[in-house]
Amino acid sequence: MVKKTIHEINDRIRDGSVNVVTAEEMVDIVGELGAEGAAKEVDVVTTGTFGAMCSSGVWLNFGHSEPPIRISKMWLNDVEAYSGVAAVDAYIGATQQSQSKGMDYGGAHVIEDLVRGNSIDIHGISPGTDCYPRKVIDTTINIYDLNQAIMLNPRNSYQKYNAATNSTNHTLHTYMGALLPHNGNVTYSGAGVLSPMHNDPNYETIGTGTRIFLGGTQGYVVGEGTQHSPAAGFGTLMLKGDLKEMSPEYIRAATFKGYGSSLYVGMGIPIPVLNEDIAKATAVTDDDIVTNVLDYGVPSRDRPVLRTVTYGELRSGSIDINGKEVPTSPMSSFKKSREIANELKQWIRNGEFFVSMPVERLPRDTACNAMKQTNANPHVMDIMSSDVTTIREDAGFHDAAKVIMEKQFNHLPVVDSGNHLVGIVTAWDISKAVAKDEHNLVKDIMTRKVVTASPDEAVDVSAFKLDSNNVSALPVIDSNRHVVGIVTSDDISKLLARRH
Amino acid sequence: MMIKINIAADIVTKPILAESIMETGALLNISQAHFDPTRGEVVAEITSDQFRKIKDSLVGKGAEVLVLDTPISRDEEECVECGACISVCPVKVFSFADDWSLEVDSDKCIQCGTCIKMCPHNALTLGH
Ligand code: SF4
Ligand code: SF4
Repeated sequence: MVKKTIHEINDRIRDGSVNVVTAEEMVDIVGELGAEGAAKEVDVVTTGTFGAMCSSGVWLNFGHSEPPIRISKMWLNDVEAYSGVAAVDAYIGATQQSQSKGMDYGGAHVIEDLVRGNSIDIHGISPGTDCYPRKVIDTTINIYDLNQAIMLNPRNSYQKYNAATNSTNHTLHTYMGALLPHNGNVTYSGAGVLSPMHNDPNYETIGTGTRIFLGGTQGYVVGEGTQHSPAAGFGTLMLKGDLKEMSPEYIRAATFKGYGSSLYVGMGIPIPVLNEDIAKATAVTDDDIVTNVLDYGVPSRDRPVLRTVTYGELRSGSIDINGKEVPTSPMSSFKKSREIANELKQWIRNGEFFVSMPVERLPRDTACNAMKQTNANPHVMDIMSSDVTTIREDAGFHDAAKVIMEKQFNHLPVVDSGNHLVGIVTAWDISKAVAKDEHNLVKDIMTRKVVTASPDEAVDVSAFKLDSNNVSALPVIDSNRHVVGIVTSDDISKLLARRH
Repeated sequence: MMIKINIAADIVTKPILAESIMETGALLNISQAHFDPTRGEVVAEITSDQFRKIKDSLVGKGAEVLVLDTPISRDEEECVECGACISVCPVKVFSFADDWSLEVDSDKCIQCGTCIKMCPHNALTLGH
């Protein structure tokens, strides 16, 4: 059994005799020499990843103004930062949106601007106190004007992540990118073979205090990240590093259309090969790492798993879903992940970076539980009107007008001969047909692309659909597309009025 | 060459595309089409010798014809070579090279714009 200590490895780093390889290179070395041979041969294995890590942000200290202010709310380039801490500290989170530019500019962009040395406009307000009399502050700063700019990311470097697809008939815009209709594509995140936590799945060398590569400089693991869920293979890390020393090569703002901003963070962890078990773990390949393909078309916490898949399959460019060849896209950059693993390797070789043992191991038994919800979470079936009349697509539009008038419905779902929903017709469609003097059938004047709800859908989801599609009613359909009710914006307003 | 045909609301219900194709005999290879009651937009490929006659015919019927001569372009500074654009492109303009850098075969581009919305780093633009 090979046994090495951190001190021995650091001595080799100091005298230049250390043998460092990347996690990709280690696969072949273990294949050739076996775990024991590789453990003798190799001292450190470097990992790397570069991808969207929403749960990132920076602590900033601005120094005191004259006269002093205790800032209670503040904005950096119009993006709100949390400042309910002491007087002149604030935390800017990557996903916070600009108040004026919306989704196109967010906390991540402020962070990238700071890293690039660009100027940032600051606006802060305060109620004023005897010791902090000032009520408003407006100034322009850059990163060099700050006392501290400490990146502190609550949840980075997921061990692995679910892959995403979309079974609905319309494109979804998510933090996993654009998901095309009818499972038209699959997106995935993570660096597979280079993934830091997958190369040390038992957290023997990664823990509180581990020195790492973060954003182009040395950083540290603070401890487990939020939602750390090791039993399921979804471990996470909380990381810190000095933003002032980071580089825009490895800290990049991103905007996901329809979702908002996120931060691409480059990080890598060196894994000291202390024994053959660690050597074996670092030989993990893309084919060994399994994840789930989830259907993001279901807007629920429990998204259905369409299949399991390995990173090897995902990285091949396409996977099979229900007999269909579906193209895959990574959201993380493998090229940059590789660059990071190589740069870290170089630092260690050059004697610029020393490995460390954690001062505390990461927990291995925590789970990520769902939110406890104490208020009732109503579903569509609780508020929909089940007294709904439909009309056949081959009826004349006069018949539709008559039903609308008699029943005083504004929205009339249209069905085919099998009673399946095929469209919707409104009083507006009828007025249009009358104005144009076109005496058509219902199917000629109806809207075919109808947005629907299902009976067991949460009301919040329907409210979002009404709002984002700019419609005022959703026919409620069962799994056979039979209309079982209708839910309108009025029903939802009434519910909300009761709630508040 | 790729062209874009814009059809305004007042003529969107008329079959002007079919009429022009029949009139000129030009083979219009439609790659994208979007119609709603307010407008129509068609992206199509046409050989350059047939371009003039189909353009004249369509313009004569009230449509607008634009030549799409600047396919997708990538800002290499902004691009992080993540590959998010690969799976959404209908004609496989993007792919990975052996070293996992992004390759862009812009000659294939039909200028549909889908990848622009996908790119998290705003690295892609169409020239028109
Ligand atoms: S999605 Fe954008 S950043 Fe990613 S590879 Fe494509 S062009 Fe580059
Ligand atoms: S514009 Fe359309 S065809 Fe061109 S590269 Fe982008 S997705 Fe592909």
